[in-house]
Amino acid sequence: MRRGLPLSVLVLVLALACGPARAVQPDEMLSDPAMEHKAREISAELRCLVCQNQSIDDSDAPLARDLRLIVRERLKAGDDRAAVIDFVVARYGEFILLRPRLTAKTVLLWLAPLLLLIGGGFLAYRLFRRPRAEVMAAPAPLSDAEREKLRGILGKG
Amino acid sequence: MIVEIGHFALILAFAVACLQTGSVAWSMWSGDDEPRGIAAPAALAQCALLALSFWALIWCYVVSDFSVQNVFANSHADKPLIYKISGAWGNHEGSMLLWVLILAIFGAAVAAFGNNLPARLKSNVLAVQGSIGIAFLAFIIVTSNPFTRIWPAPFEGQGLNPILQDPALAIHPPLLYTGYVGFSMAFSFAIAALMEGHIGAAWARWVRPWTLAAWMFLTVGIAMGSWWAYYELGWGGWWFWDPVENASFMPWLAGTALLHSAVVMEKRDALKVWTILLAIVTFALSLMGTFLVRSGVLTSVHAFAVDPARGVFILAILGIFTGGGLALFAWRAPQLRQGALFAPVSREGSLVFNNLLLMTICAAVLIGTLYPLALESITGDKISVGPPYFNSVFVPLTLILLITLPFGPLLPWKRGNLREAARRLSVAGAFAVTAGIVALILKPGSSMLAALGIGVGVWLIMGALSETAFRVKAFAAPWPEVLRRLSGLPRSSIGGMIAHLGVGVAVLGITATSAWRVEHIQAMKPGDRIAFAGYEVLFEKVAAQQGPNYQETFGDFELSRGGKPIVELAPSKRQYTAPPTGTSEAAIHASWAGDFYLVMGDAAKDGSSVAVRMYFNPLVRLIWIGAVIMFIGGGVSLSDRRLRIGAPARRRAPAEPVAGQA
Repeated sequence: MRRGLPLSVLVLVLALACGPARAVQPDEMLSDPAMEHKAREISAELRCLVCQNQSIDDSDAPLARDLRLIVRERLKAGDDRAAVIDFVVARYGEFILLRPRLTAKTVLLWLAPLLLLIGGGFLAYRLFRRPRAEVMAAPAPLSDAEREKLRGILGKG
Repeated sequence: MIVEIGHFALILAFAVACLQTGSVAWSMWSGDDEPRGIAAPAALAQCALLALSFWALIWCYVVSDFSVQNVFANSHADKPLIYKISGAWGNHEGSMLLWVLILAIFGAAVAAFGNNLPARLKSNVLAVQGSIGIAFLAFIIVTSNPFTRIWPAPFEGQGLNPILQDPALAIHPPLLYTGYVGFSMAFSFAIAALMEGHIGAAWARWVRPWTLAAWMFLTVGIAMGSWWAYYELGWGGWWFWDPVENASFMPWLAGTALLHSAVVMEKRDALKVWTILLAIVTFALSLMGTFLVRSGVLTSVHAFAVDPARGVFILAILGIFTGGGLALFAWRAPQLRQGALFAPVSREGSLVFNNLLLMTICAAVLIGTLYPLALESITGDKISVGPPYFNSVFVPLTLILLITLPFGPLLPWKRGNLREAARRLSVAGAFAVTAGIVALILKPGSSMLAALGIGVGVWLIMGALSETAFRVKAFAAPWPEVLRRLSGLPRSSIGGMIAHLGVGVAVLGITATSAWRVEHIQAMKPGDRIAFAGYEVLFEKVAAQQGPNYQETFGDFELSRGGKPIVELAPSKRQYTAPPTGTSEAAIHASWAGDFYLVMGDAAKDGSSVAVRMYFNPLVRLIWIGAVIMFIGGGVSLSDRRLRIGAPARRRAPAEPVAGQA
């Protein structure tokens, strides 16, 4: 469904520009499997800047290949994950991150689901509380007039 | 001539839709109930006209009439017949025509089969349905006319994008649209109820089957799109949190919530206001999905600004129907009588919890999808919100929902006992914990999340089975008694059980393939042999062949296991002539253990070797099998409803409360 859904032709054209994925090529891969694995993990978090919502790990656009090589070079140079990501962000901006960092501008993005859950839970809680209070409240005692009427109905004069 | 007939029928359908809505409006204004009578025949006529119009468009594609702009831009004389036909909805204009056709079919269904609805409610529903038709027909006629001619007629068409020339994708849009548009029924019923100012269990009994049908089609529609992405896009992923996917997933989540809250309303006459709101929101999300996909706003805010006509038009439709619906809701909802009371721990309470989580997930997907757009238009900053964000928000919320799910059906209405439900689930719990531990032992080094996922999948499956076992007293009563109880279970209850089981099956597939998928990338020469994921792969040769409208280079691979050949796999790279594009076709060997997925990449520069990538996706089929099981569950439940609605004699009797029914 990736590009497909109701077949947005425009999106499809873009998808094609990035091609059916061939992505990581054998010649790019690092010989150290652990480091290569790390490179793949980092790549999945970086956006291919010329594609529509594809990570550089999935994309075979030339730019994505360059980025994959940069990631691997930095890893070889001894950078850790955070340093590699900082390096890439410094050059390409926050837009490249598929997982936006928590900043003043994204605080709503990250907190909204939690706030909604709490807010919704509070509303649901009130839904239960109110009727319950009504149920639990003992009925008001009868007034003298009502008691009189009741006696009349029951015929106990 | 046929083109003009189709075009004329389209315009006439617009006029008839105006009549459909206008007549009811006239009745409301004048207090005279006579004009209302037109709504039903008008709905049938609108449907017939749009069917004629859509048939005309398909005819243009079949005979390759390139004097029609739409056919010229999206078809080619050499294309196989099935893709000529599916090409009719494989583009913007044609798919919008399909959209209104399905809308009109739903309207016609109410007109034809809604005789046991109160006459006023029926015509009000048709009026609302007609007004949606008016908006979208105007949109098509003004901005996206599929019957526009070009002169002189070109000799050949430009062709359909090859990755769309695929059987799954040929039927994906009709399924998906049936789901999207089906939610218009819930919307129309909600608005009609708000106009009348009262709403009862009968309303829910009517809305539920429509919502259920829409939900079923949306479920398989999404699953089919995901399956297509899996085998066609060539890297074995099946869900990408692409905005286009999210656009269909949000109505699915809201529709699932609606389905469950409608149960409460039908059985217990409670949660009325909330159910009405959900009906409006679900359809609003369907409209938003249409807007997001059709306006180009997702590609970039600028694409939207360059050609604003279509986007602004759909945005206006979205605004009018959502805003109008919500305004009516705000005005009328306080007058709706609140229904029966219930304790927090009860079937109703569990369904409220289900709704809370489903709608939070839905909101999270919505926020993630729209946040970059909103941020860019407010501050100008560009950020990306991709799969890592969605996974980290979606997974925990969904886990809470799924872990609590099996308790719901085991709680009685009004007031339940959590301990009693837990006791009934103890067997399922034991199975789930064992499954999680077995997963950790079999796949050492797996994450706790993987073990949890497997446990949750088993928990859902066993929970659904335990529920049924208790209903029929499977281990407590003699066999004849059990069979009698089984045949006596209401279909809707069995359907719910099957659907929940389907969710469990899908969760197993999702967890296994996400956690234990393995990949290998290597440059291979003919004659090379490698071992991977317990298989041996022999690369035999590369060869070329000619397809109906493409040239193909394919690799010949022999897949064997333990020295025994299993299958020949032939992944290929195709070059289509019109339009000139390349695709790569994966070769997949499916088994119950998982899919062996083979893709051939580019040849090395010196031509000596080819980049080959292979994946083993364990249990991946379970994802789609789970979706199909959910579909079947919906169908079983629907068969129950149809029986009850279709039998007026029974309907007149007071609705008997069916004890312990889902």
